[in-house]
Amino acid sequence: MARKLNLRIWRGDASDGGLKDVQVDVNEGEVVLDVIHRVQATQMGDLAVRWNCKAGKCGSCSMEINGKPRLACMTQVASFEEGETITVTPLRAFPVIKDLVTDVSFNYKKAMEIPAFEPPKDLKPGQARMEQIDVERSQEFRKCIECFLCQDTCHVIRDHEENKKSFAGPRFFIRIAELDMHPLDILKNRKRTAQEEHGLGMCNITKCCTEVCPEHIKITDNAIIPMKERVVDIKYDPARMFAGLLKREKRN
Amino acid sequence: MSTEKSTLERYKYDVLVIGAGGAGLRAAVEARESGLRVAIICKSLFGKAHTVMAEGGAAASMGNANSNDNWMVHFRDTMRGGKFLNHFRMAELHAKESPDRVWELEMWGALFDRTKEGKISQRNFGGHEYPRLAHVGDRTGLELIRTMQQKIVALQQADKREHGDYESHIKVFAELTITEILKENGKIAGAYGYWRESGSEILFEAPAVIIATGGVGKTFKITSNSWEGTGDGHALALKAGANLVDMEFLQFHPTGMVWPPSVRGILVTESVRGEGGILTNNLGERFMFKYIPDVFKDKYADNEAEADRWYEDQDNNRRPPELLPRDEVARAINTEVKSGRGTEHGGVFLDVSKRISAEIIKKRLPSMWHQFYELAGVDITKEAMEVGPTCHYVMGGVEVEPDTAAAVGVPGLFAAGEVAGGMHGSNRLGGNSLSDLLVFGRRAGMGAAAYVKQNSTASVSDATAAAAAARIEAPFARTGGENSYSLHAELQEITHNLVGIIRTGTELKEAIEKIAEIRKRSANVAVSGGRKFNPGFHLAFDLDNMLLVAESTAKSAISREESRGGHTRDDFPGMDSGWRQYNHIASFDGTQVGVRKQTLPFMPKELFDLFEVDELKKYMTPEEIAKGGSN
Repeated sequence: MARKLNLRIWRGDASDGGLKDVQVDVNEGEVVLDVIHRVQATQMGDLAVRWNCKAGKCGSCSMEINGKPRLACMTQVASFEEGETITVTPLRAFPVIKDLVTDVSFNYKKAMEIPAFEPPKDLKPGQARMEQIDVERSQEFRKCIECFLCQDTCHVIRDHEENKKSFAGPRFFIRIAELDMHPLDILKNRKRTAQEEHGLGMCNITKCCTEVCPEHIKITDNAIIPMKERVVDIKYDPARMFAGLLKREKRN
Repeated sequence: MSTEKSTLERYKYDVLVIGAGGAGLRAAVEARESGLRVAIICKSLFGKAHTVMAEGGAAASMGNANSNDNWMVHFRDTMRGGKFLNHFRMAELHAKESPDRVWELEMWGALFDRTKEGKISQRNFGGHEYPRLAHVGDRTGLELIRTMQQKIVALQQADKREHGDYESHIKVFAELTITEILKENGKIAGAYGYWRESGSEILFEAPAVIIATGGVGKTFKITSNSWEGTGDGHALALKAGANLVDMEFLQFHPTGMVWPPSVRGILVTESVRGEGGILTNNLGERFMFKYIPDVFKDKYADNEAEADRWYEDQDNNRRPPELLPRDEVARAINTEVKSGRGTEHGGVFLDVSKRISAEIIKKRLPSMWHQFYELAGVDITKEAMEVGPTCHYVMGGVEVEPDTAAAVGVPGLFAAGEVAGGMHGSNRLGGNSLSDLLVFGRRAGMGAAAYVKQNSTASVSDATAAAAAARIEAPFARTGGENSYSLHAELQEITHNLVGIIRTGTELKEAIEKIAEIRKRSANVAVSGGRKFNPGFHLAFDLDNMLLVAESTAKSAISREESRGGHTRDDFPGMDSGWRQYNHIASFDGTQVGVRKQTLPFMPKELFDLFEVDELKKYMTPEEIAKGGSN
């Protein structure tokens, strides 16, 4: 039942490295992470790879498989041609630590810079009432497993280290959108700070992030574009601002 | 060695939290909010802990879905689920406090699914009398982790505003493994470990250590646990002089994936049954009706018509037997498969497609749909899933004082979440884990804060630190020794075959001997490659922990000559009310684990009186009934 698979693995660290070819057994139904583990247990005891849940829920085993950012635990070996060599390399947008493990601390720094959720001061625990339909918009973004594949594929930072300082990336645009659409969040100007402090304007909506998202979150359509539209409204369209004011008055 | 020691990375904190799953993060928030400086240690990246895998929900008697629910009903369900071996005080605190803990998460930004009135929606689950699980689709654990992760960031942002540094009062040490909890003069003084990334060593000095390391599933071959579930906290606590209570009780979740082999063991949430999924064998028979034990006969439907009606009318019908506590369902599936009525791949069928529409399945069970579609090529909106038992949760764990989560016998040590024992007795109800980690995570944070007020400093001597360092260095110095991957695989075979879901005295005896043998060989594990992100090196330490856990489990299991909850003895098939009066206490003398019996605290009259005497008679001796509560 087992067949041989040709696997090409990037091995090395920040100073030096390259692709190494190995042959490894593969069984029916196995994913790329399974064969990497088999290599680790039988041929390269010190092969570095991150993983946790092995069920597509934790977002740890992010890597590039034949050049595409993917979760190794959700990539079936059978999805490649028989005889095809599978090449696994570390995420390109982040500094390599060792083998398939990269330094993703950029993302945790950005997370700290997004202002936290802020509920109304007078809200007491247990008193919140929200419609299902209103929580669902933010829930879509809260499905994010922080695999950072969207960050890896985003060409604003993929090959442009210099942009990292001023660009939070798709993962954090959906975080801002989530808070912005959160029925209980009262902090104002989230969209404006997305534009002014987190680099929303640098995104030119090529949707690469949406394509690689293993949770199928519509990052571009449901988070980035609506925020960009509103930012443009707020910043450059006095007529719309005026209309908005009227609307608000009517409601009151 | 000496050069390394001179550059040893050192930190001083008030509280060190080992583990960044739900319990650890909740403990850290509480300790920080008490004004303390807190270090959080995670073995993985921040936010990846196994809690993200929890699917169904957090049990809390908020009464949103059925107003008859309250803490007393939840307490009764928990005690029944645990077959009355639970520490009554833990079950009481848990039932009373879990609603507040869930509501509190909402104040931190969590977005649970809603009822029509806009309250937090609650779903049905095995062993819970009313719909009780606050949930977000089938990714509730992720919501909990993310909410608490973001709460910690919020606290860090407040510290940045006040002190100019995000990490002035709470710092996350990601991808770091603790190898030893350090004591001086009989009290906690800190912990020693290594960075997984660089392999370099690190010393923490702290008067209080909270262990929140989760479970032990990786000791077994088929498990729903990730690589992190290696019993680190159980072993660290044992070695620090704490006790482990009731380590024989392991929960085999009835529904893990069985096919293809590479996903064997991955969890299939109980929500599938909560939402109406039924279990059938290869004859198409809905077999659970045959397995309703006497103690549950008046609560579970014995025919299909009534079971089906229950989904619409819960007040006038008994529950479907698919929703029996997990131990019952797991044993039933095991029996069906062993009797030749299983599926081609050694499981049974679980089908939700016949009862609810494809659209609702995708909405309520999105990650299950995704998981089966992507990993097994099965569309659960059209076909049945193949499922079988998988090692999921350890009820046993560190013996703690219920109110403070303080580890018995080790001043300054605390434990919360799965690594702590007592709360769930012999079997945990689904949904009681997420609420457990919130309730007792907070209590551990409070307990540690109170302790630190009395014991504010700790320092680790050079000799203590040097001994811990020597232990880390040892496997690198060996050449041509044992391979930790192979020893791990051997251990998993032994536990799977001899300490699994059905046990016998002879097999347990064999297991104890074999585990001892592997432990002897593990002293000779050699590591190839360098220190930098070297999984072989990491596993060498994890293996040591798993061996101590396996020894505690096997020795507790051979001593308990009855079947109860997550411990089934083929040679002692009945539940024995004499045995209900005892916990097992495992301790470590430096060479081996010893197990002794200890009398279980008896519940006070006000809790005793929450039950019908007729029900208690099924579990307790006539003398206990006559006593009627301890006060």
